[in-house]
Amino acid sequence: MALLEITDLSVHYGRVRAVHEVSLTVAEGEIVTLIGANGAGKTTTMRALSGLQPVSSGRIHFDGEDITHLRADLRVIRGISQAPEGRGIFPGMSVRDNLDMGAYARRDRHLTRAADLERVFTLFPRLKERSRQAGGTLSGGEQQMLTIGRALMARPRLLLLDEPSMGLAPMLIGQIFEILQEINEQGTTILLVEQNAHRALSVADRAYILETGSIVATGTGSALLDDPSVRAAYLGVA
Amino acid sequence: MNIDFLIDNFADLSVTGLAQGAIYALVALGYTLVYGVLRLINFAHSEVFVTGTFATILTLRGIGIGPDDPVPSLLMVLLTLVLASIVAALSSGAVALLVERVAYRPLRRRNAPPLVFLISAVGASLVLMEIYALFLGRDNVRVGNLIKPRTQFTVFGADVTNRQILIVVSAVLMMVVLDSFISRTRLGRGVRAVSQNPDAAALMGVNKDRVIALTFLLGGLMAGVAAVLYDLNFGVTKFSAGFLIGLKAFTAAVLGGIGNLRGALLGGLLLGLAENWGQALLGSAWRDVIAFVFLIVVLMFRPTGILGESLGRARV
Amino acid sequence: MTGFVDRLRLADEQRAAFAAWPRRWWAGLPRPVRLGALVAFAAFLVALPILQPPVLTTTGTDFTGVLFTVGVYCLCALGLNIVVGLAGLLDLGYIGFFAVGAYSVAVFGSPQSKLATEYPWLVCIPIAIAISMVSGAILGGPTLRLRGDYLAIVTLGFGEIVRLTAVNSEVLGAAAGIPEVPRPPGERADGTRLFTIVDVTPFYWLVLALIFLVVLAGANLERSRVGRAWVAIREDEDVAQLMGVPTFRFKLWAFAMGAAVGGLSGALFASRQTFINPESFPVQTSLMFLAAVVIGGAGNKFGVVLGAVIVAYLPERLRSIDDGLLVVWYVSLVLGLATYLLLRRRGPRDGPRTYLRLGVVAGILAALPPLLLAMPEVFGSRGEIGQLRYLMFGLALIVMSVFRPQGLIPSRRRAIELEDRAKEVEPGATS
Ligand SMILES: Nc1ncnc2c1ncn2[C@@H]1O[C@H](COP(=O)(O)OP(=O)(O)OP(=O)(O)O)[C@@H](O)[C@H]1O
Ligand SMILES: [Mg+2]
Repeated sequence: MALLEITDLSVHYGRVRAVHEVSLTVAEGEIVTLIGANGAGKTTTMRALSGLQPVSSGRIHFDGEDITHLRADLRVIRGISQAPEGRGIFPGMSVRDNLDMGAYARRDRHLTRAADLERVFTLFPRLKERSRQAGGTLSGGEQQMLTIGRALMARPRLLLLDEPSMGLAPMLIGQIFEILQEINEQGTTILLVEQNAHRALSVADRAYILETGSIVATGTGSALLDDPSVRAAYLGVA
Repeated sequence: MNIDFLIDNFADLSVTGLAQGAIYALVALGYTLVYGVLRLINFAHSEVFVTGTFATILTLRGIGIGPDDPVPSLLMVLLTLVLASIVAALSSGAVALLVERVAYRPLRRRNAPPLVFLISAVGASLVLMEIYALFLGRDNVRVGNLIKPRTQFTVFGADVTNRQILIVVSAVLMMVVLDSFISRTRLGRGVRAVSQNPDAAALMGVNKDRVIALTFLLGGLMAGVAAVLYDLNFGVTKFSAGFLIGLKAFTAAVLGGIGNLRGALLGGLLLGLAENWGQALLGSAWRDVIAFVFLIVVLMFRPTGILGESLGRARV
Repeated sequence: MTGFVDRLRLADEQRAAFAAWPRRWWAGLPRPVRLGALVAFAAFLVALPILQPPVLTTTGTDFTGVLFTVGVYCLCALGLNIVVGLAGLLDLGYIGFFAVGAYSVAVFGSPQSKLATEYPWLVCIPIAIAISMVSGAILGGPTLRLRGDYLAIVTLGFGEIVRLTAVNSEVLGAAAGIPEVPRPPGERADGTRLFTIVDVTPFYWLVLALIFLVVLAGANLERSRVGRAWVAIREDEDVAQLMGVPTFRFKLWAFAMGAAVGGLSGALFASRQTFINPESFPVQTSLMFLAAVVIGGAGNKFGVVLGAVIVAYLPERLRSIDDGLLVVWYVSLVLGLATYLLLRRRGPRDGPRTYLRLGVVAGILAALPPLLLAMPEVFGSRGEIGQLRYLMFGLALIVMSVFRPQGLIPSRRRAIELEDRAKEVEPGATS
């Protein structure tokens, strides 16, 4: 059974429809990516998954449990953690406190904190250098690393990443994707939203393409990479 | 204008002002805490405070200290004060929680616009006030003698009494406790997280409802202690006493930077000073008007307060 | 479970359709009939002091006096509605503007005033309106740029500060007040003055005429460019600003206009009283004005007028009432409440729990007045029912905010806004 199963999910902002009858699944251990142009509804889907945005219709199941109307904090306890898009950090807290917030919902945080911090600092040495600095004073790229690191601190079963490569230098993007694969190999299931379709498709087991709120194509990462219409629309290759 | 009077009594006025300011500051914390997480002003906070002033008096009566009784022995006074503080803090805290449950939470459930929250809180404030008026009367209620003000030492020619020392020390102590609770405990971090970025806080597994209730409770506890100090300092209370104290505490909160815990202390003390200096200049009849004019001036020239609003910045 | 909720929802939609029938029925009547009904109703209102109809007439207090007070409340509710209902700003110091208007007439018109200008009434009224308006602009200037709740607290303070200033100022008569406030001009056929202390009826007619004017002006205002700007600001100030609406200027306009109407009401009140002192302007009255607007339906002219009638008239009527009538009143109130709760339009996420809560609230509301009245040590007699009024209307503010923020007769536009917002609730919020 799939770890995450979304059926016919629709989301509205007031009277505006942002996501329309989207269905997708993520199996345990997979990396699945969701790609689409600006405004396609990717962030909206992620917010609905984490419980920040109400769902107008459809169902979300996690590990067999219906979580469609579950409170956001309870979803974190179930094992869903998200690194949100943009500046999702706590600006007034130090980098270290931000990371500690990632483990807020874990009962065993006292036992795992040191090791998890070490792991994040190994993945992102920049954060270690700045661990006492206030989150709000980090550069955009550093904040991006902080949100990813913070999500890892929760040791999630399902990691939701909303455009982790946004605002990062190309070299760093390469590193981030390597890190994601590494995390995945260590047992974390990943749902990845990306603009950077080429990279995303190359690391993903499977992919969905979202266009104005609806899924228009799905397949394995490599199949979509080879699909001529996808190449034309999302990879900028004729 | 009576400048000579102000100059002659400057030190005395300042000491009195600091003691009153400390009380304003404690009440201001309630506004600041709730504002920090909800971005709303808890209008009923003034009545949460009044709850404490009556709880204190009821405690005294329960022990058997009437308004005209002589000052009891020191040990008795200390015990009474501790007991009264606990009772007042708990009553105020409970009423604050009740206000949150009845007047705020149902509205959050339907994502009501801020205007509706304000109206519902105004209603809660009116209801509490009238309940006190019904059961405890509409007249001044006298507290009783617990501390006979006695000069302990003199600074710059100002007599500092034991009562003033007690008030300032307790207020500062409460603030230190609150400050370390917010910055050191897990729940405290939850409060900071929600106030800095509510969505991200939810993504960390922070239960927003619990954090919001907690801030109401903390504000209530502080107001309860402030109420004991108020009773000691002024000796009387009234069902409508919250109105002016609330206005002043709010002014203090805005002056220091609303949402900012340390700002509340600074704002409270400054307002206490300004009020006492001002009334020396203009006459005591104008004292409450001074605080209000002060508020308008602050809003005009520095609406984010002296230390800045918390919004994303350092403290809560 | 889902089936049960769906059935509830279906039933709810039918009820909602049923509850909307008065409006449709009225709109469906032929135009002459509607016009005739309105004229008849207006004539009835004008004739009220002469008719003194049996059930409506207050027995303990002078009925015409009560009618005048209700009229002043209506005027205030209409003025406050511009601020709260149309522009969405919370003004808690409306009594302050009311007092400014009253004092303006007294200071400029009374021969006893220190100013001794002794302007006639017709000159005093525009002065009173202008001064209230300016005081609104002065107060609104620094605060309207800030958050909405700052405005609320500043205005609340203002209401009390006006009173304190009056207490402390010799020019304003200090605590003693100012007597001999001028009265409107006009003579009867026999040459005696029309507006006297003894006969309130002309004052009542005057206020009725002013209500009519303000309603007309308000209707035009709502349809104008200004009115549309207010709606935009109320719905989302940031968006309005982005679309190029000069939000500050429009908010200031709303605030100043509300203040002007408040000043006018206060001026009328002072002329009728002929004597004012600071005690005439308690802070809580601001909250009663607010209760009128909220209970009636912020944004809807007829709603707020109904609200004002409820807030100003009901307590007066209940003040002196015999037991039989009290029971009738009370039972119909409870029945009305119950019917209303059954007919109310429900939010998208209401479930059985909501009904439970509703039941509890209705139960408490229903039980409260008899409980309180049954305590003789608190209420020596039922004559003190007036003491309960702040409590009752405070409760009403909470209950309305929680269950029917759009008011009894809602503005359709606002009702839709509120419903749309309710759909944006975060998941898990009903648990
Ligand atoms: N708070 C909001 N209110 C109204 N409409 C919104 C809101 N947030 C997003 N939308 C609309 O919903 C649609 C989907 O937005 P969403 O943020 O999910 O896109 P996205 O796929 O994440 O885009 P991007 O790649 O630019 O991040 C857009 O048309 C957007 O304008
Ligand atoms: Mg996005």
